[in-house]
Amino acid sequence: MKKKRPRASWGDRILRSASGLTAVLVVGIMIWLGWEMFVSSRQSLHQFGWAFLGGRVWDPVHRIFGALPFIYGTLVTSIVALVIAGPIGLGVAIFLSEMAPATVRSVVGFLVELLAAIPSVVLGLWGIFVLAPFLGKVVEPWLGRRLGFIPLFHGAPVGVDLLNGGLILAIMILPTIASISREVMTAVPTVQREAALALGATKWEMIRIGVLAYAKSGIIGSVILGLGRALGETMAVTMVIGNMPNISPSLFSTAYSMAAVIANEFTEATYGLYLSALMEVGLILFAITLLLNIFARLLVWSVARGPKGGHLV
Amino acid sequence: MYTKRNLLNALMMGVFSLAAVIAVVPLFAVLGYVLKNGLTSLNLAFFTELPGMMGVGGGMANAIIGTLIVVALASVMGIPIGILAAIYLSEYDRRSWFSTLVRFTSDVLTGIPSIIVGIVVYAAIVVRTKHFSAFSGGVALAVIMIPSVIRATEEMLRLVPHTIREAGDALGIPKWRTILSIVLPTAAKGILTGALLAVARISGETAPLLFTALGNLYYAHSLNEPIATLPLNIYFYAISPYDQWHKQAWAGALVLVFIVIVLNVVARLAFRTRMGKN
Amino acid sequence: MGNLSVRNLEAWYGAQKALLGITAEIPEKQVTAIIGPSGCGKSTFIRCLNRMHDTLPGAKVSGDILLDGKSIYDQHPVFLRKTVGMVFQKPNPFPSMSIYENVVAGLRLNGERRKAKLRAAAEKSLRMAALWDEVHDRLNYSGVSLSGGQQQRLCIARALAVEPSVLLMDEPASALDPIATQRIEELVTALKKTYTIVIVTHNMQQAARIADFTAFFLNGELVEFGPTSEIFTKPKDKRTEDYITGRFG
Repeated sequence: MKKKRPRASWGDRILRSASGLTAVLVVGIMIWLGWEMFVSSRQSLHQFGWAFLGGRVWDPVHRIFGALPFIYGTLVTSIVALVIAGPIGLGVAIFLSEMAPATVRSVVGFLVELLAAIPSVVLGLWGIFVLAPFLGKVVEPWLGRRLGFIPLFHGAPVGVDLLNGGLILAIMILPTIASISREVMTAVPTVQREAALALGATKWEMIRIGVLAYAKSGIIGSVILGLGRALGETMAVTMVIGNMPNISPSLFSTAYSMAAVIANEFTEATYGLYLSALMEVGLILFAITLLLNIFARLLVWSVARGPKGGHLV
Repeated sequence: MYTKRNLLNALMMGVFSLAAVIAVVPLFAVLGYVLKNGLTSLNLAFFTELPGMMGVGGGMANAIIGTLIVVALASVMGIPIGILAAIYLSEYDRRSWFSTLVRFTSDVLTGIPSIIVGIVVYAAIVVRTKHFSAFSGGVALAVIMIPSVIRATEEMLRLVPHTIREAGDALGIPKWRTILSIVLPTAAKGILTGALLAVARISGETAPLLFTALGNLYYAHSLNEPIATLPLNIYFYAISPYDQWHKQAWAGALVLVFIVIVLNVVARLAFRTRMGKN
Repeated sequence: MGNLSVRNLEAWYGAQKALLGITAEIPEKQVTAIIGPSGCGKSTFIRCLNRMHDTLPGAKVSGDILLDGKSIYDQHPVFLRKTVGMVFQKPNPFPSMSIYENVVAGLRLNGERRKAKLRAAAEKSLRMAALWDEVHDRLNYSGVSLSGGQQQRLCIARALAVEPSVLLMDEPASALDPIATQRIEELVTALKKTYTIVIVTHNMQQAARIADFTAFFLNGELVEFGPTSEIFTKPKDKRTEDYITGRFG
């Protein structure tokens, strides 16, 4: 048999290796991020071990560092965001993919994408000067009067607190959840819908049987991607969460988040261990968002994208 | 039974429509306040003057120029790299384990918090060069934009029919020539859309610039100096105790939002003309 | 120039064998039609002639094809394809280019820069493809603005511009209406003065109308090859006869 593979010309070799190199670079960036975080936080990892995760005290003056308050603040704000943005985002996705006529779809779709495009620092600005007073003077006193017996809604209303952080995050991740679940739903084959309709299903039943059931894993993936986004969001949360390392059951309490402590204290970290501890907070954040994203992408790919074995023919 | 199902149906339809309405409320609430507070604080000095000291007026001329510089720097690095990687994925290696890994990594990279990119670039560049700089800010933003450029470009390249590449092959045109002179131009408008959206996204980024570009009260005279950008200034001004600076933050927000929305609209119009033509 | 000699050609898609040892002499400056039911290997065969088959992942070839006595596997496929042009089933003009740019794309992307040379080549090719009269006053329009039949003739002109000696046509008229089809057939008949033409067609009347020689493929095998008149009037092989009469009857 003859050699059937052509020898590539120099032009092909250059473009192939240049583009291949950039592809390697993408993977390299990911490894670089992980490695640099790990190396920079070694001192803190060594000093505190696992106790870092459970430590409630963050005291740079006495060189004691524990990340629990930040982990708590991050988790609570993200969960609040998820509880609010999850159902709404899903509703928007269903509305856009299954219900809206073409013109409404493109207008609402565009508006939702614009919401995603608003810089987080602008949302933070709005959170400080518009949302915080509104929460502190109107919403929280009302919630406190009605539901104050629940620890969640107990305490003095300030407006700059976990609730504010959660709401701002909800606004930020709503477009993520809406657009990715919409993408997943659009990928559901029409025959699925037709099969349900042919059984005499109403539109809602068609959506439930034909679309949601089929796209379930992708939808869950979109919600997790939203969660990942919420966990790592920095600016807006930093501006509205109050930046106090508290662990309190009340949503009206000031708190701190992982990204926020990095943003605030990084340039003030005057000695190695302090900087290293901040880096470790970053490392934890990186690890959590990395795992969540890997998991979520796998779910989304299983429905909408797939490890593209695109056809050449 | 039948009416009960219909009622449920009507109810759910109402719920989903309501969700769509609720989703756009914050958009208008935010845009409305930005417009209202921004317009009252915006004046010519905002565009022409340097920041005033300790809460005194002045402007953000340096930050506006700084944003342009840092974003341009990031685009010069990020867009070519993203397009090249997409060429590799779409034209040279569609389905090996390696291309799947690259595609997956790129997707996952979009979900990594931008502040992480900021501190890594700090550790890698700022610490080594011993100074904050516009350049390090550009690198951080480039890392953030690369995955979205890759994804948009690859999707557009995949829309180019295979018959176009075959036609190039059949004419005896070398593959690299076919890719650069035929396939890429065919997908150009879609790629432009993707690139503009990526530019829009990084224009508003703050977190990765906190420890790289850092901010500057004056003009930066070289890429090796700290540089002010609009998002950084909005942040610093918003958390400052001065009323005058709060006003400036709103004005900055208005300008930033305007830039971002214009980029988004232009990106979409570019894509629309492409659709209309074919 | 343009004589193709195929020696025991075998081709695979991965593990699946698509051609089972084809041997044939394709004479120069004649029209040779390839007929057979779909899936018989006729497209694979024609795509081996300019080594387009090689480009598919998992594709393999063995045997040899000689073009004017020299193996096509001894040259780089990119050069080979300048000598062996191809026109596809569906017209595929480059959407980002004008009519003129489409025609000269092959020359230009192979390094020809001289304006006068390109202009001359464009006019010559468009005239040969019988498209010049229809488009000479709008050469700057987009290639995709033309009708389907015109687009296909544009693709023929584009293939001719690089001055091949062989022109492969893979069902070039199957996506066109009857009038456009007729124009393509007239064009093929005119072009054979200059070029060796190999045309795949699923339409036997078309083969009977335009081809000097006809090859009948079945299940990856070349069943019969000969002058068109003989294949259609007194086929030697029973399977050829069944196929032809089945279709005609």
